[in-house]
Amino acid sequence: MSAGGGGNDVQWCFSQVKGAIDDDVAEADIISTVEFNHSGELLATGDKGGRVVIFQQETENKSQPQCRSEYNVYSTFQSHEPEFDYLKSLEIEEKINKIRWLPQKNAAQFLLSTNDKTIKLWKISERDKRPEGYNLKEEDGRYRDAATITTLRVPVFRPMDLMVEASPRRVFVNGHTYHINSISVNSDNETYLSADDLRINLWHLEITDRSFNVVDIKPANMEELTEVITAAEFHPHQCNTFVYSSSKGTIRLCDMRASALCDKHSKLFEEPEDPSNRSFFSEIISSISDVKFSHNGRYMMTRDYLSVKIWDLNMENRPVETYQVHEYLRSKLCSLYENDCIFDKFECCWNGNDSVVMTGSYNNFFRMLDRSQRRDVTLEASRESCKARQVLKPRRVCAGGKRKKDEISVDSLDFNKKILHTAWHPQENIIAVATTNNLYIFQEKVN
Amino acid sequence: MSGEVEASTEEQQEIQDTVVSPEKTEEAKLKARYPHLGTKPGGSDLLRKRLQKGQKYFDSGDYNMAKAKMKNKQLPTAAAEKTEITGDHIPTPQDLPQRKQSLVASKLAV
Repeated sequence: MSAGGGGNDVQWCFSQVKGAIDDDVAEADIISTVEFNHSGELLATGDKGGRVVIFQQETENKSQPQCRSEYNVYSTFQSHEPEFDYLKSLEIEEKINKIRWLPQKNAAQFLLSTNDKTIKLWKISERDKRPEGYNLKEEDGRYRDAATITTLRVPVFRPMDLMVEASPRRVFVNGHTYHINSISVNSDNETYLSADDLRINLWHLEITDRSFNVVDIKPANMEELTEVITAAEFHPHQCNTFVYSSSKGTIRLCDMRASALCDKHSKLFEEPEDPSNRSFFSEIISSISDVKFSHNGRYMMTRDYLSVKIWDLNMENRPVETYQVHEYLRSKLCSLYENDCIFDKFECCWNGNDSVVMTGSYNNFFRMLDRSQRRDVTLEASRESCKARQVLKPRRVCAGGKRKKDEISVDSLDFNKKILHTAWHPQENIIAVATTNNLYIFQEKVN
Repeated sequence: MSGEVEASTEEQQEIQDTVVSPEKTEEAKLKARYPHLGTKPGGSDLLRKRLQKGQKYFDSGDYNMAKAKMKNKQLPTAAAEKTEITGDHIPTPQDLPQRKQSLVASKLAV
Protein backbone atom coordinates (compact mmCIF):
# COMPACT_ATOMS: atom_id res chain seq x y z
CA MET A 1 0.00 0.00 0.00
CA SER A 2 1.28 3.49 -0.77
CA ALA A 3 2.29 5.77 2.03
CA GLY A 4 -0.99 7.61 2.30
CA GLY A 5 -0.23 10.10 -0.45
CA GLY A 6 -2.25 11.55 -3.29
CA GLY A 7 -5.86 12.58 -3.29
CA ASN A 8 -6.96 12.84 -6.83
CA ASP A 9 -4.75 10.41 -8.63
CA VAL A 10 -6.11 8.00 -6.08
CA GLN A 11 -9.29 6.28 -7.06
CA TRP A 12 -11.45 5.45 -4.09
CA CYS A 13 -13.42 2.21 -3.96
CA PHE A 14 -16.09 0.96 -1.71
CA SER A 15 -14.77 -1.58 0.76
CA GLN A 16 -17.30 -2.10 3.54
CA VAL A 17 -20.35 -0.58 5.20
CA LYS A 18 -21.42 -1.20 8.80
CA GLY A 19 -24.81 -0.58 10.32
CA ALA A 20 -28.48 -1.08 9.59
CA ILE A 21 -29.98 -0.40 6.19
CA ASP A 22 -33.38 0.76 7.29
CA ASP A 23 -34.17 4.45 7.14
CA ASP A 24 -35.81 4.55 10.52
CA VAL A 25 -32.82 5.55 12.59
CA ALA A 26 -33.00 5.17 16.35
CA GLU A 27 -31.32 8.09 18.11
CA ALA A 28 -28.95 5.82 19.95
CA ASP A 29 -27.51 4.60 16.64
CA ILE A 30 -26.37 8.02 15.51
CA ILE A 31 -22.59 7.83 15.17
CA SER A 32 -20.90 10.62 17.08
CA THR A 33 -17.18 9.95 16.68
CA VAL A 34 -14.76 7.88 14.54
CA GLU A 35 -11.07 7.36 15.23
CA PHE A 36 -8.26 5.13 13.96
CA ASN A 37 -5.59 4.11 16.47
CA HIS A 38 -1.93 5.01 15.89
CA SER A 39 -1.16 1.99 13.75
CA GLY A 40 -4.46 2.04 11.90
CA GLU A 41 -5.11 -1.55 12.84
CA LEU A 42 -8.05 -0.57 15.03
CA LEU A 43 -10.97 1.70 14.20
CA ALA A 44 -13.26 2.90 16.97
CA THR A 45 -16.71 4.44 16.73
CA GLY A 46 -18.84 6.02 19.42
CA ASP A 47 -22.55 6.69 19.23
CA LYS A 48 -25.32 8.67 20.83
CA GLY A 49 -26.32 5.65 22.89
CA GLY A 50 -22.97 5.73 24.70
CA ARG A 51 -21.64 2.61 22.99
CA VAL A 52 -18.21 2.05 21.52
CA VAL A 53 -17.57 -0.41 18.70
CA ILE A 54 -13.99 -1.28 17.76
CA PHE A 55 -13.11 -2.86 14.43
CA GLN A 56 -9.85 -4.62 13.70
CA GLN A 57 -8.11 -4.81 10.36
CA GLU A 58 -7.61 -8.41 9.29
CA THR A 59 -4.00 -9.20 8.50
CA GLU A 60 -3.52 -8.95 4.77
CA ASN A 61 -3.12 -12.07 2.76
CA LYS A 62 0.20 -11.37 1.06
CA SER A 63 -0.27 -14.01 -1.59
CA GLN A 64 -3.52 -12.42 -2.67
CA PRO A 65 -2.97 -8.68 -2.99
CA GLN A 66 -6.45 -8.23 -4.52
CA CYS A 67 -7.92 -9.41 -1.29
CA ARG A 68 -8.24 -6.25 0.72
CA SER A 69 -7.87 -6.25 4.41
CA GLU A 70 -11.24 -5.87 5.99
CA TYR A 71 -12.27 -4.35 9.27
CA ASN A 72 -14.29 -6.67 11.46
CA VAL A 73 -15.81 -6.24 14.88
CA TYR A 74 -13.18 -6.69 17.56
CA SER A 75 -14.89 -5.41 20.67
CA THR A 76 -18.00 -3.52 21.67
CA PHE A 77 -19.03 -2.15 25.03
CA GLN A 78 -21.22 0.38 26.76
CA SER A 79 -18.86 3.22 27.59
CA HIS A 80 -21.20 5.76 29.14
CA GLU A 81 -24.73 5.58 30.47
CA PRO A 82 -27.26 8.36 30.85
CA GLU A 83 -26.91 10.15 34.15
CA PHE A 84 -28.89 12.74 35.98
CA ASP A 85 -27.70 15.94 37.58
CA TYR A 86 -30.14 16.20 40.46
CA LEU A 87 -29.13 19.69 41.44
CA LYS A 88 -29.92 21.19 38.06
CA SER A 89 -32.61 18.70 37.05
CA LEU A 90 -30.69 18.11 33.86
CA GLU A 91 -30.00 14.90 32.09
CA ILE A 92 -26.39 14.14 31.21
CA GLU A 93 -26.36 12.55 27.77
CA GLU A 94 -24.47 9.32 27.31
CA LYS A 95 -23.47 10.34 23.79
CA ILE A 96 -19.76 9.76 23.16
CA ASN A 97 -18.36 13.09 22.04
CA LYS A 98 -14.80 11.97 21.37
CA ILE A 99 -12.59 8.90 21.42
CA ARG A 100 -8.81 9.19 21.47
CA TRP A 101 -6.42 6.26 21.43
CA LEU A 102 -3.30 6.06 23.54
CA PRO A 103 -0.15 4.89 21.76
CA GLN A 104 0.32 1.21 22.40
CA LYS A 105 2.77 0.37 25.18
CA ASN A 106 2.11 -3.32 25.78
CA ALA A 107 -0.19 -6.08 24.62
CA ALA A 108 -3.31 -4.20 25.65
CA GLN A 109 -4.88 -1.22 23.88
CA PHE A 110 -6.09 1.85 25.70
CA LEU A 111 -8.49 4.56 24.67
CA LEU A 112 -10.10 7.59 26.24
CA SER A 113 -13.79 8.14 25.62
CA THR A 114 -15.81 11.07 26.84
CA ASN A 115 -19.39 12.26 27.04
CA ASP A 116 -20.40 15.78 28.13
CA LYS A 117 -19.10 15.40 31.66
CA THR A 118 -17.04 12.28 32.28
CA ILE A 119 -13.90 10.91 30.66
CA LYS A 120 -13.06 7.22 30.91
CA LEU A 121 -9.90 5.32 30.19
CA TRP A 122 -10.72 1.89 28.75
CA LYS A 123 -8.36 -1.06 28.53
CA ILE A 124 -9.02 -3.50 25.73
CA SER A 125 -7.13 -6.73 26.19
CA GLU A 126 -7.12 -10.14 24.59
CA ARG A 127 -7.39 -13.39 26.32
CA ASP A 128 -6.57 -16.50 24.36
CA LYS A 129 -5.54 -18.93 27.09
CA ARG A 130 -7.13 -20.02 30.28
CA PRO A 131 -5.88 -21.97 33.27
CA GLU A 132 -7.11 -25.50 33.63
CA GLY A 133 -6.52 -28.23 36.16
CA TYR A 134 -7.35 -26.56 39.42
CA ASN A 135 -7.10 -28.69 42.49
CA LEU A 136 -10.09 -27.40 44.42
CA LYS A 137 -12.51 -26.68 41.57
CA GLU A 138 -14.05 -28.66 38.76
CA GLU A 139 -13.74 -27.33 35.20
CA ASP A 140 -17.22 -25.85 35.40
CA GLY A 141 -16.39 -23.96 38.57
CA ARG A 142 -18.09 -26.13 41.16
CA TYR A 143 -16.05 -26.79 44.25
CA ARG A 144 -14.77 -30.30 44.76
CA ASP A 145 -15.37 -32.17 47.94
CA ALA A 146 -12.09 -31.80 49.84
CA ALA A 147 -12.31 -35.39 51.04
CA THR A 148 -12.05 -36.67 47.46
CA ILE A 149 -8.81 -34.85 46.71
CA THR A 150 -5.93 -37.30 46.93
CA THR A 151 -3.37 -35.88 44.54
CA LEU A 152 -1.91 -32.46 43.79
CA ARG A 153 -1.44 -31.11 40.29
CA VAL A 154 -0.16 -27.89 38.80
CA PRO A 155 -2.74 -25.99 36.74
CA VAL A 156 -1.63 -25.24 33.17
CA PHE A 157 -2.66 -22.69 30.54
CA ARG A 158 -4.53 -24.11 27.61
CA PRO A 159 -5.55 -22.22 24.50
CA MET A 160 -9.12 -21.00 24.22
CA ASP A 161 -11.17 -19.03 21.67
CA LEU A 162 -10.03 -15.44 21.55
CA MET A 163 -11.92 -13.25 23.95
CA VAL A 164 -11.57 -9.49 23.84
CA GLU A 165 -12.37 -7.72 27.07
CA ALA A 166 -12.92 -4.05 27.68
CA SER A 167 -12.65 -2.73 31.20
CA PRO A 168 -12.78 0.81 32.53
CA ARG A 169 -9.44 1.50 34.23
CA ARG A 170 -9.94 5.15 35.17
CA VAL A 171 -12.96 7.38 35.46
CA PHE A 172 -12.23 11.11 35.46
CA VAL A 173 -15.23 12.86 36.95
CA ASN A 174 -16.29 16.28 38.08
CA GLY A 175 -13.75 18.15 36.01
CA HIS A 176 -16.21 20.12 33.97
CA THR A 177 -19.17 22.36 34.63
CA TYR A 178 -19.86 22.84 30.93
CA HIS A 179 -19.98 20.32 28.10
CA ILE A 180 -16.77 18.59 27.08
CA ASN A 181 -16.09 19.03 23.37
CA SER A 182 -12.51 17.73 23.07
CA ILE A 183 -9.93 15.45 24.58
CA SER A 184 -6.35 15.17 23.42
CA VAL A 185 -3.55 12.87 24.58
CA ASN A 186 -0.19 14.56 25.11
CA SER A 187 2.92 13.31 23.33
CA ASP A 188 4.42 12.74 26.78
CA ASN A 189 2.03 9.80 27.12
CA GLU A 190 1.32 10.73 30.71
CA THR A 191 -1.13 13.58 30.47
CA TYR A 192 -4.10 14.63 28.41
CA LEU A 193 -6.32 17.67 28.12
CA SER A 194 -10.09 17.98 28.13
CA ALA A 195 -11.90 21.09 26.95
CA ASP A 196 -15.42 22.32 27.56
CA ASP A 197 -17.12 25.51 26.37
CA LEU A 198 -15.23 27.73 28.78
CA ARG A 199 -12.35 25.79 30.34
CA ILE A 200 -9.52 23.45 29.53
CA ASN A 201 -8.15 21.00 32.09
CA LEU A 202 -4.94 19.02 32.17
CA TRP A 203 -5.13 15.53 33.62
CA HIS A 204 -2.63 12.86 34.48
CA LEU A 205 -3.69 9.47 33.16
CA GLU A 206 -3.02 7.88 36.54
CA ILE A 207 -4.81 10.46 38.69
CA THR A 208 -8.57 10.69 38.65
CA ASP A 209 -9.40 12.80 41.66
CA ARG A 210 -7.95 16.04 40.44
CA SER A 211 -7.05 17.95 37.33
CA PHE A 212 -5.27 21.18 36.65
CA ASN A 213 -7.12 24.04 34.99
CA VAL A 214 -4.99 25.62 32.25
CA VAL A 215 -7.46 27.83 30.41
CA ASP A 216 -10.48 29.63 31.82
CA ILE A 217 -12.36 32.08 29.63
CA LYS A 218 -15.43 32.37 31.78
CA PRO A 219 -16.20 36.05 32.29
CA ALA A 220 -17.02 37.28 35.81
CA ASN A 221 -20.37 38.39 34.49
CA MET A 222 -21.98 35.86 32.16
CA GLU A 223 -23.80 38.68 30.39
CA GLU A 224 -20.42 39.61 28.94
CA LEU A 225 -19.88 36.21 27.35
CA THR A 226 -18.88 36.68 23.74
CA GLU A 227 -17.12 33.49 22.73
CA VAL A 228 -16.74 29.85 23.72
CA ILE A 229 -14.08 27.19 23.21
CA THR A 230 -15.03 24.87 20.39
CA ALA A 231 -12.07 22.45 20.12
CA ALA A 232 -8.61 21.85 21.56
CA GLU A 233 -5.63 19.66 20.71
CA PHE A 234 -2.11 18.99 21.90
CA HIS A 235 0.78 19.43 19.50
CA PRO A 236 1.85 16.01 18.15
CA HIS A 237 5.50 16.39 19.27
CA GLN A 238 5.82 19.37 21.59
CA CYS A 239 4.38 18.29 24.90
CA ASN A 240 4.18 21.88 26.16
CA THR A 241 2.05 23.20 23.30
CA PHE A 242 -1.65 23.00 22.63
CA VAL A 243 -4.20 25.00 20.65
CA TYR A 244 -7.83 25.83 21.15
CA SER A 245 -10.34 27.29 18.74
CA SER A 246 -13.27 29.57 19.42
CA SER A 247 -16.77 30.32 18.21
CA LYS A 248 -15.44 33.59 16.81
CA GLY A 249 -13.07 31.93 14.37
CA THR A 250 -9.83 32.41 16.28
CA ILE A 251 -7.23 29.87 17.34
CA ARG A 252 -4.96 30.38 20.32
CA LEU A 253 -1.72 28.52 20.77
CA CYS A 254 -0.62 28.12 24.36
CA ASP A 255 2.72 27.19 25.83
CA MET A 256 2.52 25.54 29.23
CA ARG A 257 6.11 26.50 29.98
CA ALA A 258 5.22 30.17 29.85
CA SER A 259 2.85 30.11 32.79
CA ALA A 260 0.73 27.75 34.82
CA LEU A 261 -2.52 29.33 33.72
CA CYS A 262 -2.58 29.74 29.96
CA ASP A 263 -5.24 32.42 29.75
CA LYS A 264 -2.76 34.54 27.83
CA HIS A 265 -1.98 32.91 24.54
CA SER A 266 1.46 32.63 22.98
CA LYS A 267 0.03 33.03 19.50
CA LEU A 268 -3.33 34.16 18.18
CA PHE A 269 -4.33 32.98 14.74
CA GLU A 270 -7.00 35.09 13.13
CA GLU A 271 -7.77 36.03 9.58
CA PRO A 272 -8.71 39.69 9.27
CA GLU A 273 -12.27 40.19 8.12
CA ASP A 274 -13.42 42.70 5.58
CA PRO A 275 -15.89 44.79 7.62
CA SER A 276 -17.92 45.69 4.55
CA ASN A 277 -18.69 41.99 4.06
CA ARG A 278 -19.95 41.52 7.55
CA SER A 279 -23.46 40.16 7.95
CA PHE A 280 -25.64 38.63 10.62
CA PHE A 281 -24.22 35.25 9.70
CA SER A 282 -20.54 36.17 9.63
CA GLU A 283 -19.73 35.23 13.18
CA ILE A 284 -21.83 32.08 13.17
CA ILE A 285 -20.21 30.68 10.04
CA SER A 286 -16.76 31.66 11.24
CA SER A 287 -17.13 29.49 14.33
CA ILE A 288 -14.49 26.78 14.16
CA SER A 289 -15.93 23.30 14.61
CA ASP A 290 -12.65 21.36 14.52
CA VAL A 291 -8.91 21.96 14.75
CA LYS A 292 -6.29 19.34 13.88
CA PHE A 293 -2.52 19.52 13.78
CA SER A 294 -0.78 18.02 10.76
CA HIS A 295 1.20 14.85 11.45
CA ASN A 296 4.48 16.69 10.97
CA GLY A 297 3.44 19.33 13.51
CA ARG A 298 4.15 22.30 11.26
CA TYR A 299 0.59 23.12 10.29
CA MET A 300 -2.89 23.03 11.71
CA MET A 301 -6.20 22.78 9.94
CA THR A 302 -9.44 24.43 11.01
CA ARG A 303 -12.96 23.76 9.81
CA ASP A 304 -15.61 26.44 9.87
CA TYR A 305 -19.05 26.18 8.35
CA LEU A 306 -18.13 26.79 4.74
CA SER A 307 -14.39 26.26 4.51
CA VAL A 308 -11.25 24.46 5.57
CA LYS A 309 -8.15 26.53 6.36
CA ILE A 310 -4.57 25.42 6.68
CA TRP A 311 -2.42 27.53 9.00
CA ASP A 312 1.35 27.64 9.24
CA LEU A 313 2.18 27.73 12.94
CA ASN A 314 4.69 30.46 12.20
CA MET A 315 2.15 32.79 10.63
CA GLU A 316 -0.65 34.15 12.73
CA ASN A 317 -2.24 36.76 10.56
CA ARG A 318 -3.79 34.55 7.90
CA PRO A 319 -4.06 30.93 6.79
CA VAL A 320 -1.67 29.69 4.11
CA GLU A 321 -4.42 27.82 2.30
CA THR A 322 -8.21 28.13 2.22
CA TYR A 323 -10.52 25.59 0.60
CA GLN A 324 -14.23 26.04 -0.01
CA VAL A 325 -16.16 23.02 1.11
CA HIS A 326 -19.61 23.96 -0.13
CA GLU A 327 -19.64 27.60 -1.12
CA TYR A 328 -23.04 27.13 -2.78
CA LEU A 329 -24.55 27.16 0.71
CA ARG A 330 -23.71 30.82 1.19
CA SER A 331 -26.90 31.79 -0.62
CA LYS A 332 -28.92 29.42 1.57
CA LEU A 333 -27.81 30.70 4.96
CA CYS A 334 -31.24 32.00 5.87
CA SER A 335 -32.90 28.58 5.66
CA LEU A 336 -29.85 26.87 7.15
CA TYR A 337 -30.19 29.18 10.15
CA GLU A 338 -33.88 28.40 10.46
CA ASN A 339 -33.38 24.65 10.40
CA ASP A 340 -30.33 24.91 12.70
CA CYS A 341 -28.02 23.31 10.14
CA ILE A 342 -25.81 26.38 10.32
CA PHE A 343 -24.73 25.10 13.76
CA ASP A 344 -23.65 21.67 12.51
CA LYS A 345 -20.14 20.81 13.64
CA PHE A 346 -18.13 19.23 10.88
CA GLU A 347 -14.80 17.60 11.61
CA CYS A 348 -11.79 17.34 9.33
CA CYS A 349 -8.74 15.11 9.04
CA TRP A 350 -5.30 14.82 7.42
CA ASN A 351 -3.96 11.89 5.46
CA GLY A 352 -0.80 10.16 6.63
CA ASN A 353 1.70 12.40 4.86
CA ASP A 354 -0.31 15.65 5.22
CA SER A 355 -0.79 16.06 1.48
CA VAL A 356 -4.58 15.65 1.42
CA VAL A 357 -7.30 16.71 3.84
CA MET A 358 -10.87 15.47 4.08
CA THR A 359 -14.08 16.82 5.51
CA GLY A 360 -17.79 16.06 5.29
CA SER A 361 -20.76 17.92 3.88
CA TYR A 362 -24.48 17.36 3.32
CA ASN A 363 -26.32 14.82 1.19
CA ASN A 364 -23.77 12.26 2.44
CA PHE A 365 -21.13 14.02 0.39
CA PHE A 366 -17.56 14.35 1.58
CA ARG A 367 -14.72 16.38 0.17
CA MET A 368 -11.09 15.43 -0.53
CA LEU A 369 -8.85 18.47 -0.84
CA ASP A 370 -5.45 17.77 -2.33
CA ARG A 371 -2.96 20.34 -1.10
CA SER A 372 -0.05 19.30 -3.27
CA GLN A 373 -1.98 19.14 -6.52
CA ARG A 374 -4.42 21.94 -5.72
CA ARG A 375 -7.37 19.83 -6.74
CA ASP A 376 -10.49 18.75 -4.95
CA VAL A 377 -13.18 16.17 -5.41
CA THR A 378 -16.62 15.52 -3.96
CA LEU A 379 -17.55 11.92 -3.26
CA GLU A 380 -20.67 10.33 -1.84
CA ALA A 381 -21.21 7.64 0.78
CA SER A 382 -24.37 5.91 -0.29
CA ARG A 383 -25.89 2.49 -0.44
CA GLU A 384 -26.11 2.82 -4.21
CA SER A 385 -22.36 2.52 -4.63
CA CYS A 386 -21.93 -0.47 -2.35
CA LYS A 387 -20.65 -3.03 -4.80
CA ALA A 388 -17.31 -4.51 -3.83
CA ARG A 389 -14.40 -2.54 -5.26
CA GLN A 390 -16.79 -0.16 -7.02
CA VAL A 391 -14.97 3.06 -7.80
CA LEU A 392 -16.61 6.19 -6.40
CA LYS A 393 -17.72 8.67 -9.02
CA PRO A 394 -17.09 12.36 -8.37
CA ARG A 395 -20.22 14.38 -7.58
CA ARG A 396 -21.03 17.89 -8.65
CA VAL A 397 -23.45 20.39 -7.17
CA CYS A 398 -25.09 22.97 -9.36
CA ALA A 399 -25.28 26.27 -7.51
CA GLY A 400 -27.66 27.97 -9.86
CA GLY A 401 -28.48 28.36 -13.49
CA LYS A 402 -28.74 25.44 -15.81
CA ARG A 403 -28.15 22.08 -14.20
CA LYS A 404 -25.93 19.81 -16.21
CA LYS A 405 -26.45 16.08 -16.46
CA ASP A 406 -25.06 14.24 -13.38
CA GLU A 407 -25.17 17.41 -11.32
CA ILE A 408 -27.43 17.78 -8.34
CA SER A 409 -29.03 21.11 -7.58
CA VAL A 410 -28.52 22.78 -4.21
CA ASP A 411 -32.23 22.62 -3.48
CA SER A 412 -32.25 18.84 -3.90
CA LEU A 413 -29.58 18.28 -1.29
CA ASP A 414 -30.69 16.33 1.74
CA PHE A 415 -29.60 18.36 4.77
CA ASN A 416 -30.49 15.54 7.12
CA LYS A 417 -27.78 13.39 5.58
CA LYS A 418 -24.72 14.94 7.16
CA ILE A 419 -21.23 13.57 7.25
CA LEU A 420 -19.78 15.15 10.39
CA HIS A 421 -17.16 12.54 11.28
CA THR A 422 -14.45 11.12 9.07
CA ALA A 423 -11.09 9.47 9.76
CA TRP A 424 -8.04 8.62 7.66
CA HIS A 425 -5.77 5.64 8.32
CA PRO A 426 -2.42 6.99 9.58
CA GLN A 427 -0.38 5.19 6.93
CA GLU A 428 -2.56 3.79 4.19
CA ASN A 429 -5.19 5.16 1.87
CA ILE A 430 -8.09 3.77 3.85
CA ILE A 431 -10.79 6.14 5.07
CA ALA A 432 -13.72 5.74 7.43
CA VAL A 433 -16.73 7.94 6.74
CA ALA A 434 -19.70 8.08 9.09
CA THR A 435 -23.15 8.92 7.80
CA THR A 436 -25.94 9.30 10.35
CA ASN A 437 -25.96 5.67 11.41
CA ASN A 438 -23.67 3.85 9.00
CA LEU A 439 -19.91 3.55 8.82
CA TYR A 440 -18.42 3.37 5.33
CA ILE A 441 -14.90 2.19 4.70
CA PHE A 442 -13.31 3.15 1.40
CA GLN A 443 -9.93 2.07 0.11
CA GLU A 444 -7.59 3.06 -2.65
CA LYS A 445 -8.16 1.11 -5.85
CA VAL A 446 -5.45 -1.49 -6.28
CA ASN A 447 -4.96 -2.78 -9.80
CA MET B 1 -23.43 42.45 -19.80
CA SER B 2 -23.11 44.71 -22.85
CA GLY B 3 -21.02 47.79 -22.37
CA GLU B 4 -23.46 50.25 -23.95
CA VAL B 5 -24.45 52.16 -20.84
CA GLU B 6 -21.95 53.31 -18.32
CA ALA B 7 -23.69 53.08 -14.98
CA SER B 8 -22.92 55.69 -12.40
CA THR B 9 -20.66 54.63 -9.56
CA GLU B 10 -23.59 54.46 -7.12
CA GLU B 11 -25.56 52.14 -9.34
CA GLN B 12 -22.48 50.02 -9.83
CA GLN B 13 -22.03 49.79 -6.09
CA GLU B 14 -25.65 48.69 -5.64
CA ILE B 15 -25.28 46.00 -8.23
CA GLN B 16 -22.04 45.02 -6.50
CA ASP B 17 -23.77 44.72 -3.16
CA THR B 18 -26.46 42.30 -4.25
CA VAL B 19 -24.28 40.38 -6.67
CA VAL B 20 -21.14 40.12 -4.57
CA SER B 21 -22.77 39.43 -1.23
CA PRO B 22 -25.24 36.56 -1.18
CA GLU B 23 -24.79 36.64 2.56
CA LYS B 24 -26.29 40.10 2.80
CA THR B 25 -29.24 38.98 0.69
CA GLU B 26 -29.77 36.09 3.06
CA GLU B 27 -29.49 38.43 6.02
CA ALA B 28 -32.18 40.66 4.56
CA LYS B 29 -34.41 37.61 4.07
CA LEU B 30 -33.94 36.60 7.70
CA LYS B 31 -34.62 40.07 9.04
CA ALA B 32 -37.78 40.20 6.96
CA ARG B 33 -39.04 37.01 8.56
CA TYR B 34 -37.91 37.80 12.07
CA PRO B 35 -37.95 41.56 12.56
CA HIS B 36 -37.27 41.23 16.30
CA LEU B 37 -34.01 39.40 15.80
CA GLY B 38 -31.32 41.03 17.92
CA THR B 39 -28.64 43.15 16.36
CA LYS B 40 -25.91 41.18 18.11
CA PRO B 41 -26.10 37.81 16.38
CA GLY B 42 -23.30 35.74 17.85
CA GLY B 43 -23.82 37.27 21.24
CA SER B 44 -24.87 36.15 24.63
CA ASP B 45 -28.24 34.63 23.78
CA LEU B 46 -26.95 32.15 21.24
CA LEU B 47 -23.95 31.26 23.36
CA ARG B 48 -25.94 30.79 26.51
CA LYS B 49 -28.40 28.57 24.68
CA ARG B 50 -25.37 26.54 23.62
CA LEU B 51 -24.01 26.32 27.13
CA GLN B 52 -27.26 24.98 28.45
CA LYS B 53 -27.93 22.24 25.97
CA GLY B 54 -29.47 19.31 27.74
CA GLN B 55 -32.80 17.86 28.49
CA LYS B 56 -34.38 19.71 31.38
CA TYR B 57 -36.55 17.47 33.45
CA PHE B 58 -39.59 18.12 35.51
CA ASP B 59 -38.78 18.85 39.13
CA SER B 60 -41.84 19.06 41.32
CA GLY B 61 -40.02 21.20 43.87
CA ASP B 62 -39.01 23.80 41.27
CA TYR B 63 -42.46 23.65 39.70
CA ASN B 64 -44.34 24.29 42.89
CA MET B 65 -42.00 27.05 43.96
CA ALA B 66 -42.46 28.73 40.60
CA LYS B 67 -46.23 28.45 40.87
CA ALA B 68 -46.04 30.10 44.27
CA LYS B 69 -43.86 32.88 42.88
CA MET B 70 -46.35 33.51 40.10
CA LYS B 71 -48.95 34.60 42.57
CA ASN B 72 -46.75 37.52 43.51
CA LYS B 73 -44.99 38.34 40.23
CA GLN B 74 -45.75 37.82 36.54
CA LEU B 75 -43.22 35.39 35.13
CA PRO B 76 -42.33 35.68 31.41
CA THR B 77 -44.70 33.42 29.50
CA ALA B 78 -42.44 32.68 26.55
CA ALA B 79 -40.97 29.22 27.08
CA ALA B 80 -38.49 29.84 24.27
CA GLU B 81 -36.03 32.01 26.15
CA LYS B 82 -34.27 29.66 28.52
CA THR B 83 -31.88 32.01 30.20
CA GLU B 84 -31.12 30.16 33.41
CA ILE B 85 -30.11 26.63 34.17
CA THR B 86 -32.35 26.46 37.18
CA GLY B 87 -35.10 28.70 38.44
CA ASP B 88 -36.80 30.67 35.77
CA HIS B 89 -37.71 28.04 33.23
CA ILE B 90 -39.61 25.31 34.93
CA PRO B 91 -40.76 22.50 32.67
CA THR B 92 -44.40 21.77 33.10
CA PRO B 93 -45.84 18.27 33.05
CA GLN B 94 -46.76 18.94 29.40
CA ASP B 95 -43.10 19.41 28.53
CA LEU B 96 -42.08 15.97 29.76
CA PRO B 97 -39.82 14.22 27.28
CA GLN B 98 -40.42 10.78 25.87
CA ARG B 99 -39.06 7.82 27.71
CA LYS B 100 -35.68 6.70 26.48
CA GLN B 101 -35.12 3.32 24.87
CA SER B 102 -33.50 0.59 26.92
CA LEU B 103 -29.84 -0.12 26.32
CA VAL B 104 -29.20 -2.58 23.51
CA ALA B 105 -26.17 -3.52 21.44
CA SER B 106 -24.99 -1.28 18.61
CA LYS B 107 -26.11 -2.20 15.09
CA LEU B 108 -22.57 -1.55 13.85
CA ALA B 109 -21.44 -4.60 15.77
CA VAL B 110 -23.67 -7.04 13.97
